[in-house]
Amino acid sequence: MTRAESIVVGTELPPLQVGPISRLTLALFAGASGDHNPMHVDLDAAKSVGLPDVFAHGMLSMAYLGRLLTNWVPQDRIRSYRVRFAAITPVHGEPSCTGLVTHIEDVDGERRATVELAVTLADGTTTLTGDAVVAV
Amino acid sequence: MAIDTRVIGTALPTTTLTIDRGRLRFFAKAIGETDPIYTDVEAAKAAGHPDIPAPPTFLFSVELENPDPFAFLASMGVDLRFVLHGEQAFTYHAIAYPGDELVASPRITNVYTKKGGALEFVVKHTAITRADGTPIAELNSVIVIQNPGVKP
Repeated sequence: MTRAESIVVGTELPPLQVGPISRLTLALFAGASGDHNPMHVDLDAAKSVGLPDVFAHGMLSMAYLGRLLTNWVPQDRIRSYRVRFAAITPVHGEPSCTGLVTHIEDVDGERRATVELAVTLADGTTTLTGDAVVAV
Repeated sequence: MAIDTRVIGTALPTTTLTIDRGRLRFFAKAIGETDPIYTDVEAAKAAGHPDIPAPPTFLFSVELENPDPFAFLASMGVDLRFVLHGEQAFTYHAIAYPGDELVASPRITNVYTKKGGALEFVVKHTAITRADGTPIAELNSVIVIQNPGVKP
């Protein structure tokens, strides 16, 4: 875990690289998350709307970014966390999660850092952008 | 297809999920979590937790415990195959642990269109509390509906 006083504007979070997303991962995430949308696990459903293949749940990538955050600070310091889903993640995609502290301020007597977050794939596609506010 | 804006303000059915360790370990496995506090009770306790914590995005799953969580979209005439998740936000009040009976109370807070109706947006706010009313988190979801028949 990171010592709070060492966190300043410009601090980069230790990046998190995730291996290729397999169909098994999508099946496990469908069951574990309760998101049974067939577009993520059923090739027939994907093809019925003209897609070549299933694609990963957006919330799976948001969970990876959540791991980036909880690897960095204890979870009870996360005040808020939000993302925008910018592009779909294909099967076998390899998400790379990054975070950068862009702002620090005192709120209600608490020192809080804003962390800009992103997930990108090996081909450079940005799939998620977002931010989190973390007590430091 | 245009969603009737009169649905704005509609409260959707509440859903309850009682968290257990097995479900949290399954979620941890699915997301590739390697930090033992999310799977091992002793590691969690050593880190100051009473039990393994529900990770930050697990709370999205409470509502999905509804046997038909997307019925509200279908009832508005939406073809679920054309639905995408646009944005998701969490504001946290407390960490949830195994044994917590969590209640999700969703409400539609906005509906709007872009690109001449080719894209429709439904915004939903969900309060997550323990059964005794203790606030756990607030969720905001933006759901995007692609209408392939509409040319922007």
